[in-house]
Formats: sequence, structure tokens, C-alpha cells
Amino acid sequence: MNQRSRLSLLVVQILIISLMAALFGRLFYLQIGAGPKYRDAALSIQSRDVINPATRGLIVDSSGVPLALNKVGLAITIDRITIDKQPDKGVSVMKSLALLLGLNYGDIFQKTRLCGELPKGKKAGCWTGSRYQPIPITKEADPNIALQIVENSDRYPGVDATPIAIRNYPAIAGVNGAHVLGYVGPMTEENLANTSGVKYFRSEAIGKTGLEIQYDKYLRGAPGIRTVIVDRKESITRISQNTKSTPGDHLVTNLDIRLQASAENALADAVRRARASGYKADSGAAVVMDVRSGRIIAIASYPTYDPNAWEKGLTVKQASDLFSEKNGVPALSRALQGLFAPASTFKSVSTVAAANAGYDLNATYDCPAQVQVGTRAFQNFESKAQGRMSLKKAIAVSCDTIWYRIAFDEWLRDGGLRPKANANDYFYNAARGFQINVKTGIDLPSESAGRLADRQWRKDWYDANKDFYCNYKDRATKAQQTPFLLELARENCIDGDKIRAGDAVNFSIGQGDTVITPLKLAQMYAAIANGGTIWQALVGKAIVKTDGTVIKTMTPEKLGTLPATPATLKFLQGALREVVISGTAAGSFSGFPVSVSGKTGTAEVFGKNLNGSKKDNTSWFASFAPSEKPRYAVVMMVSQGGFGASTSAVGVRKIYETLFGVKGSKVIPGLALFPDGKPPTKLPKISPATKVKKAP
Amino acid sequence: MSSIAERQRFRRASRPSLFAGFDPILTGAVALLLAMGTALVYAATRDWYAANHLDPQYYLKRHIINIAIGSLLAWGTTVIDYRLLRAYTPIAWGLGVIGLAAVLIPHVGSTVNGAQAWIALPGGFQIQPAELAKISIILGISMILSERGHDSDEPTTRDMLQALAVAAVPILLILAQPDMGTVFIISASVVTIIAVSGSPTRWVVALLIIAVVGGFAASKSGVLNEYQIKRLQSFVDPNADTQGTGYQLRQARITVGSGGLIGTGLFNGPQTNGRFVPEQQTDFIFTVAGEELGFLGSGLIILLYIIILMRAFSIARRTNDPFGRLVGTGVIAWFAFQIFENIGMTLGLMPMTGVPLPFLSYGGSSMFANLIGFGLLQNIHARQR
Repeated sequence: MNQRSRLSLLVVQILIISLMAALFGRLFYLQIGAGPKYRDAALSIQSRDVINPATRGLIVDSSGVPLALNKVGLAITIDRITIDKQPDKGVSVMKSLALLLGLNYGDIFQKTRLCGELPKGKKAGCWTGSRYQPIPITKEADPNIALQIVENSDRYPGVDATPIAIRNYPAIAGVNGAHVLGYVGPMTEENLANTSGVKYFRSEAIGKTGLEIQYDKYLRGAPGIRTVIVDRKESITRISQNTKSTPGDHLVTNLDIRLQASAENALADAVRRARASGYKADSGAAVVMDVRSGRIIAIASYPTYDPNAWEKGLTVKQASDLFSEKNGVPALSRALQGLFAPASTFKSVSTVAAANAGYDLNATYDCPAQVQVGTRAFQNFESKAQGRMSLKKAIAVSCDTIWYRIAFDEWLRDGGLRPKANANDYFYNAARGFQINVKTGIDLPSESAGRLADRQWRKDWYDANKDFYCNYKDRATKAQQTPFLLELARENCIDGDKIRAGDAVNFSIGQGDTVITPLKLAQMYAAIANGGTIWQALVGKAIVKTDGTVIKTMTPEKLGTLPATPATLKFLQGALREVVISGTAAGSFSGFPVSVSGKTGTAEVFGKNLNGSKKDNTSWFASFAPSEKPRYAVVMMVSQGGFGASTSAVGVRKIYETLFGVKGSKVIPGLALFPDGKPPTKLPKISPATKVKKAP
Repeated sequence: MSSIAERQRFRRASRPSLFAGFDPILTGAVALLLAMGTALVYAATRDWYAANHLDPQYYLKRHIINIAIGSLLAWGTTVIDYRLLRAYTPIAWGLGVIGLAAVLIPHVGSTVNGAQAWIALPGGFQIQPAELAKISIILGISMILSERGHDSDEPTTRDMLQALAVAAVPILLILAQPDMGTVFIISASVVTIIAVSGSPTRWVVALLIIAVVGGFAASKSGVLNEYQIKRLQSFVDPNADTQGTGYQLRQARITVGSGGLIGTGLFNGPQTNGRFVPEQQTDFIFTVAGEELGFLGSGLIILLYIIILMRAFSIARRTNDPFGRLVGTGVIAWFAFQIFENIGMTLGLMPMTGVPLPFLSYGGSSMFANLIGFGLLQNIHARQR
């Protein structure tokens, strides 16, 4: 061997050793260095989680009667793995199944497609779960049809009938509760992408609104997970983990199912009566609160919807109807999302303001037909003079002009259009003390905060709208260019940032830009009734495990105290009692055996309905009872419902009738919901079979 | 040299027993690889075949038969005097070329994975002439470059051109299939033999340049099929093509990586049993080792290859016969580049080509060729002077 050959052989040897060393190094990197990463990748290739959702906890009322439970439905399911192996990919199976179930083949096809398989915009109705779990076609199948499928399994390969749990709102005692209970629905991408640390699975249901979403983390439980190892053809080769599901905890609420049903009926009845009187009565709300704790015993909203519609399978039309303006947006909870001018119910706030401003509550005041405020005359509601009267009487008959006078005087004292730096602002401060611009803190999603149209709000409003009003001729549409609106725009442009005399007097009678929710008004009247404590509104009472262990009790928080002296509150309570004895609500409560205190309100609403008609007044009645020892605050509001007394006060009376067991003008012993006059404090035994207590 | 050693060598040469000349380390390493390969082929196929209601030992049985036939061929190659082999070289080369040509005839050759590389034989057997052609090329050019018609120590230009012609004919035929992996391996072996034959360095450099430029031109000019370009592209970015070649390479890497240090244990690899990597018993056999035997097992395989190659180098260095040395060098280069190409592909170091892993992969033709190559090394070892 010559030298060159020897050298070449050495070079080749070194080269080859290097190549082998490279392999060795790369192998080391892949298996040792990046091993964990590849192990995870391998796991996601091989393993599939099959989720067995947990049984959702019940929602019960304060005596244990179920408001939401789980029903066993008979689901007809399709197994994608099996039908995909059919020569025609399961088309014939799905077609004959459609025929059997009386469904549309297209719908079944769509329901069995994974959302990822469908192009964007054509995903409606797609299956949000995985390929490895049976896909339900219907959850409430006829048992006879299910039997046909099971018995002819060779004709329906991949189709199965299995009992499954579905969320059910049983409407015991005729209760609806759609807004407060909410509903459950499939996981969305946002739910799955959540960063709260909760691991959601695609096939689970999740609370979508109301208590179902508020207490979802308790109600949901933990799903069982079966992890299967699959091969390249997606056949299961073995099961690697199998954990049982943990059922969700139960939610005990402060609601009473009988009172809830009564409030819903009374509200619907009030709407009907208002409509019979020619009002539009497009929506309404009713709230019953325990004045000593803020606990919500009933909360109703009109219009409503069937909370079971989702599990039954909402059609596109049903879904759009829920949010349609024409149907009064049934999805909206008026009780905590509807904002309305409080009208005369606000005079309770004004009374506190007047007392704080030093007005003698026991003096007599003149109630003229109108009060001249600057260049404008503000009319009494009845447009007639009623002479001198005590303030108590003025509240009872709802005289407006007394308040115009006081509010105008105070406005002037605070500097009028050139406000003092240290203005007293008795009215605004009283309203702020009632927390009308703060949420009630209720344990339900999407509560609206009220709007307090004070000086700051006015200024902010002006900054936002200055351009519009100061260039009104260019900005406004032709239809808006009426002489009145043009003049209004001119005024707004000049001093829209200031509280004008008109704003101040309107504020005193709850008109104008100040708006609140019915729930807020209930909280305010509860505070008047209980001696001044503002309680957080609370629907939930406790979270209880399936074995009865109490996990959490919800205790209402004290949010504040009314800015009123005990003497002022005492006067106010007496005046509100007078409203029902001899004032605006006397007719509505004539012969009622339980002493009720309250205030009517009839708010003017500006603007027009969809059909162009002028909007009717908002009807309010805010109250508490029994007057001597107040326990319950009841508020009803009917939007475009006409007078406070005839529409809402009569509705509230019906709620009290149920609450106290009143028939005609007598209290029937034993018929009252709470025999000892107070809502139960003990937690009930929870069972889906708990029945409503019937009066003897 | 001591007289004892001389006597030993004499005894070995004069009294050829049935196992004469078998290098124990080389033989042991190959035997171990064959045993591991048998287990891995079984591991790669048993679950899948059982799941599809087929005989789970189908591949195992055939693999053992292949090893048995290959061992006979190895034994035969070892005991035959390689001077005789040299005499038969032109015939071996001719048969190789005929086989390669036959493959390209429609209806004679069958296409697997885009390459028309197989000839179907009666009884369900297939033969891949390119595997056996490797041997005839190595023998052919070794013969030409080792015969010196003059006193010079280095091959003449004429020798060189002859050798290149001998290599070029089969290479072009394999290129036509096309089987780029085999072309790469054969070209690398040819260049190595030429380098070790004592040829002037300029020749070696020129050949390397031609190889690089040729490879580059091939990838640009459309000589490569679409599927080959795809393989090259997916080598650069394995995530580009999720179901095709990129998918295979990615799966292969995941499978090997998930094995970790000790692996999942033989027959227990979920990636293997789920058959996420295609061609698991042939081209991607190393993924089975990676997953089920872990770094310890798959590292051992590389170590065994290194031992085999090192033994082969020492055999090639020790022999005084230029023909034997060139054949040995050719076999070394063939094994080394094929191992590097196969494992490199599995680990994502090399583009995807369909070459089996020596002594491990399932496949008759390659098993026969590898064991004949092994026999050649033994033969040279036995007759080293």
C-alpha cells in the first residue's frame, strides 16, 4: 500500500467516524435533550380524551324545591368512527335515521360534522366535541324509536340510543325564572381559551347566563376522563386512564318558588291590564327583597322565554327572536339591566335631601298648579292647585310643585347657572347616599349601574355632545330639525355643561336623565324600611355538596347607610304608609289587611316606539311591608305601563297576597308563605323530588 | 513477526475449516444486529398485523428466512477464494446491469414509493437488483483499479476512465428508477474506492466536485421527480406538508425522541404499535429501536455499526492484496453511507430516501447484499497475507 492510499484510508476512516459521531450526537439530542418535548408530542398523537361530563348540581329555592335539575333524556347518537368506515361514509345510515326520527338529513349531517371540518361561516350546528365520542342527534327521543334502533343495530351501524343527563328547568308551581336561572350551553372557543386556570373540555356544558354562569364553578363538578390510546387508523388500542366524574355542588337560593311564580304572574297580569287600558306595556320587572338582609326572594322580568329551549335545540328563529326589538328583547333581564327614570318613587330621596337642607318636614307647603322656573312654567302632574298641605300629604298625593319650588330654591342658593365652588347639592348628595349610581352587587351577571345626572355627569355629557348640538343644523337629520329641537340644541350648545333650573327641578321628581333599575329601587326602599342600611342584593344562599356538607354560605354585604337621620326615615316611612292609606295607592290597596307602605311613580318617557307611536309612561310602585315591622320590599315596574297606581301597585298587591296569605280582605291563617313571617334561615335538604309546600 | 503468528496464519490458510477466517468481533457484532433487527421487525409488525386479523408473525418468519439465506450467502462468500471471485466479477457486474435494465421494462419492474426498483418473482417474492448491483460495482471497479499494467503505484487515466464507466452504467440505470438514496451510496463508495486506490488527489477532488454539482443540477433541472423535490423540501421544513413526507419525517422524529433514555420496552411503543410511522419494518426500522429501546438500545445499535466499521477498516488496512483492500474499502463506504443516510433521515439530518438500514431492516435483497458484503470482509480477513 502506497503512502497516498494509506493516507486516503485514514481520511475516509476519520470521515466515517465523524458521520457516526454525528448520528450519535443527534440521537442524544433527540432522546435525552428534547425527549420530554417529543414525549408530549407523541402523547398528543396517540391519546384521545373521552370526556364524561359530571352531573350538574341542582339549583333549589330556599325550601329545597328544585328550580333547575337534570333530567334523563334519551339520546340518539352517531359514532363518527363507525359511520366513516361505511363505504358511503354513512350517508345511507343518516338518511334512514332522518326518516325514522322525522328529521332533515341535512341537519343530521351538519350535527355530525366536527366544527373544524366545516368551512368558515358554515359551522352553524356543528359538533363542538371530538370525533371519539358519540354525537347526539336528539336528546329527547321517543323510547319506541330508540328501541327500533337498538333492535335493528345492523341496519343502523354506529347509531345508538343512550340515556343522558340534560339540564331541565322543571317549572314547578308554574315558575319560569328564565332570567335569574340562566341556562347552560356548549363550550365556546372563548371558554376553552380561558386563562382562569379551570380546564374545560369541549364536550362539557357551561353556564351561559344567570345563576348557571354565576355559580358555574360549583355547579359543574369535575368531568370523568377516559384516555384512550389510538393507532394511525384511530382504532382504540388500549385505555390509559379512566377517572370517574365528580358531581357538581348544589346551589341553594334565597328565592321562594311560590313567590317567584306569583311575582311572574302578577307582572304578566299587570302587563295584560295595562295593555287592556291601551298602553303599550312592552316590558316589566318585579323584585321582592328581604329588607333585613338584601336577600332576593323573587325576581321576575317580562317578556321572558322558555329556559328549556336550549336543551331542546334552539332553532335559528328562536335564537333571533330572543334578541329582537319587536318581541321586546326577551333575553334582557329588566330587573337588573333595564334603566328607567324613577319618577315620583324618587321623592323619597328628595325628602331626605330636603330634610338635610333644613326644610321642616312637619311644616305645610303650598302645592300650586304650576311653578315658574326661569322662563318656563313647570306643571303639577295633575295640573291643578291643591292648596297648602303637610309634606306628608304632599308625598301621599304626589304633589310635584312643592318639590319644584324646593329644588329651584336650592339650585338658586347653589349659584344657579354660575354654581358656587362649595355648592350644597343636597339633592345630588342624597341621591349619591342612596347609591343610585352604584350597582346593587347582586350575584347575577350583567347588572347595569344607575345613572345619576349630577353636575359632573352633565359636564361629561356636554363634552361628548357639544359638537352635535353646536353644529346641529349640519349634524342632525331633516326630521330632527323642528323649531323646538333647534331651540333645544341652541340652549344645549350655550350652557349644556351646566345644571339648569329645569334640570334641577326635574331631578327632584325623578325625571330627566337620572335612571335606575327596578332592583336598585327595591334596594333603596329596603334601606328606607330597615332604618337606613343598604344591603347587597343576593340570590344565592349556600353551596351544598351532594352529601349535604355546606361548602360556602353567601352572606350579604352592608354596602352603606342612607344619608338620613332616624327622624327623617321615620317621617318618610309614615309618609309612604300614608300613600297607601289615603294617597295615590289607596285605591289599589283598598281593603288590604296587611299594612303596606309605598310610593307610586309615573315617569314620562321621551322618544318613539318602532311603529312611530309616542312612548307611554313608565309605571312604578315601590313598597315595603308590614309597615310596622318591615320585612319585605316589593317593587314592580312596567315599561310603557301607564299610571303607577293602576298598573304596578295592583301588581304588587297580588305579590303581597301570596306572601302574606291574603284572600280578598282577610289573611288566611296558614296560607302565608312563611308561617313566622320571615324567610327560612335553615338550609333545606336537597333532593330533586322535593315538592312545593301546600297551604292546609 | 513472531513465528507463532506466522504459524497460526499458515494453519488458517492451509486448513480452511467451515468457519475459517471468521473475525469473532465482526461476526459477533453482525449477529447481535441481526438478532436485534429480528426483534424490531417483529415489534414493528405484530400488533398491526394482529389488529388486521393477519398472521402477526408473517414478517418475523420471512425475516428469519431472509437471514438464513443471507447467512448461507455470507458463508459462501467467505469460503470461496476471492481470486475466484475476481474471475467471476465481470459476470457479476453483467448480471447486475441486466437486472437494473430489466427493472425499467414496463410490467417487469414494479414501482414502490415512486421508484421502479423491484422485479416480481413467482411465489410473491420480489428482488431489488440495485441492492445486489452495489456489490458488482464495488467488485468491478476494485478489479480495474487494482490491476497494474505498469510499474507505477497509481492507476492510470485509462484505468480511471474504465472504472468510471463500470460505475456509471449501473448508476445511470438506478438514476432512471429513480432511487436517489442508492445512487448517493454507490457514488460515495466509488469515490472512496478511487481515493484509496492511490489515484492522484486531483481526480478525487474533481469527482467530489462533479458529485456536488451533479446533485445540485439534478434538483434544479427536473431530473428529480416531484416526490423527490418534496422530500427535499420537507427535509428543510418538516412542518410544511402535514400528511406527506414532512409528516413521515416529523412522526419519525417524534417516535425516536419519545423513547427517552430507556425507551418504552420492546413491543410496548405506542407510536410503533399505532403505526404512526410508515415503512416501519424497512426504511424506518430505527424508529422502533428509538422508541422501544430508548437511547441505550438505539445508541447500542450505532455503537455496533461503529465496531463493524472499525473492524472492517483494520481488515482493509492489514491486507496486502490491493484488490482485497479496495473491495473492503468499498464495502465499508457502502455500509457507512447507507447507515448514515438511513439513520440520518430518521433523525432529521438527511433528506428522505428509501434505503434500508443494514442488518436491521426487513427486506430480502438488502439482507442478502449486506450479508454478502459481510462475507467479503470475512474473506479478505481470512486471506490476508
